[in-house]
Amino acid sequence: MRRTLFEGLTHRPLTEAPPRADDAALGEIARQFDRAARRRLGRSLSIREVDAGSCNGCELEIHALNNAFYDLERFGLRFVASPRHADVLLVTGPVTKNMREALERTYNATPDPKWVIALGDCAVDGGIFSSSYAVAGGVSGVVPVDLHIRGCPPTPTEILQGLIALLDAQVAERP
Amino acid sequence: MPALIDIIPQGKRVDAHRPWPRLVVTQDIWRVVVSELAAGRTTLFGLWGDADVVPWVHMAIIDDDAGDVAVVSLACPDGVFPSVGALHPPAIRFERAILSLYGLEPMGAPDTRPWLDLGFWDVQHPLGARTPAPAVRPAYSFLPVEGESLHQIPVGPVHAGIIEPGHFRFTAGGETVVRLEERLGYVHKGIESLMVGASIERAAQLAARTSGDSTVAYGIAFAHAVEAAINLEAPPRARYLRALMAELERLANHFGDIGAICNDASFSIMHAHCSILRELVLRAAEICFGHRLMMCRVIPGGVVSDLPADGAVLIRNFLMDIDRRFPRLVELYDNTASLQDRTVATGVVRAELARQFGASGYIGRASGRNFDARKTPGYAPYDEFDFTVPVLTAGDVNARVWLRIREVEQSITLIEQILEHLPDGPISAALDGGSGEGLGLAEGFRGDVLAWVRLDSGRVMRCHLRDPSWFQWPLLEAAIEGNIVADFPLCNKSFNCSYSGHDL
Repeated sequence: MRRTLFEGLTHRPLTEAPPRADDAALGEIARQFDRAARRRLGRSLSIREVDAGSCNGCELEIHALNNAFYDLERFGLRFVASPRHADVLLVTGPVTKNMREALERTYNATPDPKWVIALGDCAVDGGIFSSSYAVAGGVSGVVPVDLHIRGCPPTPTEILQGLIALLDAQVAERP
Repeated sequence: MPALIDIIPQGKRVDAHRPWPRLVVTQDIWRVVVSELAAGRTTLFGLWGDADVVPWVHMAIIDDDAGDVAVVSLACPDGVFPSVGALHPPAIRFERAILSLYGLEPMGAPDTRPWLDLGFWDVQHPLGARTPAPAVRPAYSFLPVEGESLHQIPVGPVHAGIIEPGHFRFTAGGETVVRLEERLGYVHKGIESLMVGASIERAAQLAARTSGDSTVAYGIAFAHAVEAAINLEAPPRARYLRALMAELERLANHFGDIGAICNDASFSIMHAHCSILRELVLRAAEICFGHRLMMCRVIPGGVVSDLPADGAVLIRNFLMDIDRRFPRLVELYDNTASLQDRTVATGVVRAELARQFGASGYIGRASGRNFDARKTPGYAPYDEFDFTVPVLTAGDVNARVWLRIREVEQSITLIEQILEHLPDGPISAALDGGSGEGLGLAEGFRGDVLAWVRLDSGRVMRCHLRDPSWFQWPLLEAAIEGNIVADFPLCNKSFNCSYSGHDL
């Protein structure tokens, strides 16, 4: 273990330069922030992930954000265990009817101000599952959505671009 | 296998079903098969409903040693069938699902509470008669627990992490779990209903999204089923590329799991380093196949994309990188007593239970069940390779970690052999409509995925996908008994069952 730890000090970090914020996401999200919220949160957001019916592909790529290459926490973004601690709900999956109530309750348990990101093609409109008896549809049909990050699943870089847009929008018009 | 040989002459064989026989049986023969299962002479491999002209139940069984597979089918014109679960507990959740999805009643079943249907759908029996759901549905009753000073801890469906949803009801005496009861179905997307009438192309997309972490395994199992149904063989190069993708998927998931298990024991340095290895696999996959998870790269008939010219070199370099990094992490795991203190003797699955439930993957093999679909019944191209199936007997979290470590080593040798012998030629064969029934198998990182299809003129009339988790989730309930509540995340992560693959 000593050698591994020592190498951690002497080797260059694997962490890569952050991608530019996604322009489309910037446009979508910029409208959502008011000044009061910006002042309160600064450039730091706590994210609560909610799987509302995903195939778990999106979860794998969200997990990857925490690895050394993407190192999400350097941006002031971190995943929290409870909606009570969250500023952002990151929701995946076509919302299944079996998860709709749980998603609503998670949303209601999240204190204001809060934002909802719908992540993955299924979360936009139900994707390939949209016509099922068991699927309620996209996330925006259940709770208000502020930002969509598309992809099946979106790559960690694409997810980062969306999240950075969220941060940039926060600081953009700060007085 | 005496059971199969005895049964085959007594059932009416369905000609269109390949590669293993499907037999239409009477209730009496059905009962004989059930008693063979209960006696442990054969292993349950799948149990599902079907809506043709009359409703059916199909039961797949396998001989662990010989690898013989058979499907027995019972018509249910009256909407009932003799319960399998009454004598053979691994069938109980399948029967509850058949009752919820098809409305077919298992006669004499010990448990007829709904499964997957959590009371939120507008319809009941969505794959059967599909009638409007009643306005008022009875509340779900968890199993009763009696005893002094017991308390219950309800957890989920929304969990404290980036995890899939499910509900766990713990009953604890002090710190010790005396019972865990799972309630699953939260991510039920109705995949089998979406399959009905779908084109093969769309059905393959759905199969690839049944459990994202096993998208390659599902792709292969579904492709095997379709190819069996229409009597088509994928070209040799395609089969090699499928195996390459499958082993990359296994590597990625095993690296992720080994790190995550250690992380749940608060040993985050393993997690950090294993996450790097996992990312390296995914990046290699993206360069070689154009998608990090290799989703929809396997299709019936072959594969979508060929290995680029520099692909083999890239993967060999990446394997050398793994060779350099991984042994040190294994040594770190092996030499950290505080970590072993958490994993050794925690969450034990007894060998008899693994055997009875036909648990596959690292869960079965860490508890002495020597079964790997790549070997038995086996499928191309694995018969051409030299590899071993690691088996351990301790059945604890530690054994499941070591099993993954050993499988990583085997996957690396497999990838080297695949690259060395990769044949030239086309990467797919054209599908030309076709009708028939097929059963397909693939060994995913978690265990064997079973796919069954009935095709009519190139359309999917019916498809059933059986995730290995069906036989693993119930064992988690057994493994946690007598452990402390705080060890549940560790046990759960060492199982890493699929919610989405189970819920369908």
